[in-house]
Amino acid sequence: MVSEAIIEEPKTYWKAPISHPDFGSVGKTGLWRTERPVIDEEKCTKCLLCWLYCPEDTILRREDDMVFVDYDYCKGCGICASVCPVGAITMVPEIKEGE
Amino acid sequence: MVMKTLTGNFAVAEAVRLARAKVIAAYPITPQTTIVERLSEMTEKGELEAKMVRVESEHSALAATLGAAAAGSRAFTATASHGLLYMHEVLWWTASSRLPVVMAVAARAIGAPWNIHVDHNDIMDQRDTGWIIGVAQENQEVLDMTIQAFRISEDPYIYLPVMIALDGFILTHTVAPVEVPDQKEIDEWLPPRRQPYIVSPETNIVMGNLTSDDDYYMMRYSIQVAQEVAKKIIEEVDLSYGKTFGRNYGGLVECYKCDDADYVMLLMGSWAGDAKEALNILRERGINVGLARIRFIRPWPSEILKEKLKNKKGIIVFDRSISFGNVGQLFIETASTLYGMTNMRGVIAGLGGVDVKPEDFVGEVVAFVDDVEKGEVYDTIRWLLPPKYRDHKLGVTL
Amino acid sequence: MPVRLSDFPRIRYGMPGNAACPGCPEAMGLRYVKMALGDNAVLVMPAGCSSVIQGYEPKSGINFPIMNIVFASAASLASGMKAAFESQGKDVNVVVWAGDGGTGDIGFQALSGAAERNDDIIYICVDNEAYMNTGIQRSSLTPAGAWTTTTWTGKKEYKKNLPMIMIAHDVPYVATASVGYPQDFIDKLRNASLIRGFKYIHLLAPCPVGWKFDPRYTAKIGQLAVQTGLWPLFEYMNGKLKISPFSRLYRRPERKVPIMEYIKLQGRFANLAKDPEKIKILEKEIERQWEWIEILEKATNNKK
Repeated sequence: MVSEAIIEEPKTYWKAPISHPDFGSVGKTGLWRTERPVIDEEKCTKCLLCWLYCPEDTILRREDDMVFVDYDYCKGCGICASVCPVGAITMVPEIKEGE
Repeated sequence: MVMKTLTGNFAVAEAVRLARAKVIAAYPITPQTTIVERLSEMTEKGELEAKMVRVESEHSALAATLGAAAAGSRAFTATASHGLLYMHEVLWWTASSRLPVVMAVAARAIGAPWNIHVDHNDIMDQRDTGWIIGVAQENQEVLDMTIQAFRISEDPYIYLPVMIALDGFILTHTVAPVEVPDQKEIDEWLPPRRQPYIVSPETNIVMGNLTSDDDYYMMRYSIQVAQEVAKKIIEEVDLSYGKTFGRNYGGLVECYKCDDADYVMLLMGSWAGDAKEALNILRERGINVGLARIRFIRPWPSEILKEKLKNKKGIIVFDRSISFGNVGQLFIETASTLYGMTNMRGVIAGLGGVDVKPEDFVGEVVAFVDDVEKGEVYDTIRWLLPPKYRDHKLGVTL
Repeated sequence: MPVRLSDFPRIRYGMPGNAACPGCPEAMGLRYVKMALGDNAVLVMPAGCSSVIQGYEPKSGINFPIMNIVFASAASLASGMKAAFESQGKDVNVVVWAGDGGTGDIGFQALSGAAERNDDIIYICVDNEAYMNTGIQRSSLTPAGAWTTTTWTGKKEYKKNLPMIMIAHDVPYVATASVGYPQDFIDKLRNASLIRGFKYIHLLAPCPVGWKFDPRYTAKIGQLAVQTGLWPLFEYMNGKLKISPFSRLYRRPERKVPIMEYIKLQGRFANLAKDPEKIKILEKEIERQWEWIEILEKATNNKK
């Protein structure tokens, strides 16, 4: 006898509290932002501290480890700017269209 | 097949062994303890290849059982009375997670004060949780029902946890001859464990995070659908079991001499044996009584009861529990089905293990029949007081 | 071994678009768990912020398979899961991710039970020092002096010393960590995952909302907690307690960063910041912490 269960589809109307890890479980959280991090590539030393500390995983690394921001989901907390040892990240106020 | 003399609790343990449960988690509580003791012995002696999680509470017992079920293993737990109440929130969580789990409950009174004897208030308290709840009458049925519970719980039409209740001490601690099927026969009859999902690194599934109110509503509805379908599946499983092992019990309700009866006693649990004795005495006296023994309070067998009982002259319901401020729960359930169709009376009896003898059933039925014949069923509810208090005057003085 | 950041593959460890507040230490911590353990882990979560962070079905904003469970029984559910995986011959890290309330208060019984049984799970207490998800009510792990919505003039009692209580359970692994020092936390998770039996890691998680500070300072405050000596980092393994490198740096009293640096950034300590007498409460807390650690360090390292 197999020790692990067989997964078999339910045969009646079925709705159960089942989810899968996925982006945007509450939508595009970039909309929450009041300030956006802007990276100065001239100053960046690719130390990756911003990448390490970003709670949202919205600092991404290019092939050469230069970092960039996923603005779709970045919530604008500013941790990246505060941990950057060389001041390469500035928090810039978001300006809505028409303002 | 071998014949063994087993207590109800040992019958449960034998059933769990035959079903090849892989994870067992339980916490001791009288009168459930000997189930866990026996299963521990079985695992330590190698009679059963399973992991025992000797948890520190009932809340944890069911949580651990649910964890094992989520990870894809056949899991079992057992409890009673306060243990069952302590599990209450996890009962909900388990049923709503739609994972198959089987639990035995040694039905026992709830405190205060302490009382370890039979009473149905602990199981009645769990009717709303989404579990399928079966109640056995004697030790052989305990074993058969527990084995069936695994198949019912793991049926893709159902995927709900199943609770099997056996009356504290009357069944749990009393020996009776029990036919124990062979492992090979059970392996053939009970399919490998099936479940709707497994939470593991391979499946990457999340169970139980937030959901919209609309989806939540539909999840509730889907449990109700499963409960409704379970009515049919339980009957089928019972029939299939009967075909293989020679014993079946009538599915959701065991109707004993109901067809030609004018009156029917409705109850559940071990005292059905005494009620059957009473039935024979009553029939000898010319009162045509039948017995409807409820085997499953969830799903509630409304269709069968309606079909079988709606044309009777009267139904008398014996409750071993009370919903304070209203009436006995079994009466409430029965009334929800047969409302306005026939005369009904509920009798509250045997609370906290008070002995109810066949002549007590006879007395209550005779009184009920008298009232019906006279057209005077004014007492919907009667208290069958313990012998010591029989002279006590009932009623409220303001 | 310290981890080199550039050695980590360029993959996403977190799950963006979740419901965590900006600057959330739990979201940070969960990424580090992924970095340390990879895909071979299942998380068990009792009620708490992390239940909300996941966001709405059918998606989940945490990059792990998760079994959510009622508040009081996370450790037990994990024990059951582990037993099942073991019986199937699978080696899976079953990890409890529970808050300070779910660990030190309502979940304590289950935690203690699983620890005593030495069940093979990793238990992470992510300690934001109050019931943040319900709106910042005090827990037994709220530090003395801190404002919460149930301690308006500051908590009168000291923080329950859970790591020490767990060491007293005689489990094979107990460690403290802070989201201010992710590499240290990742190292500890990796060490824990190699050990059979019950592993307990207590992760300090400064919460911008509950502690009332600007979200940009989550990491900084996590570091200051260590640098002031208020949150000593250590690892108890093989029966020996070792103070972790970042705490060793600030061990000597003259090297410690003044507690005021920690307090002044946090609104919850506003009462303390105004009154030097009251600051002594936290200074006393530091002494209490280190007293225990020094006793254990000495006792366990002198053992033959």
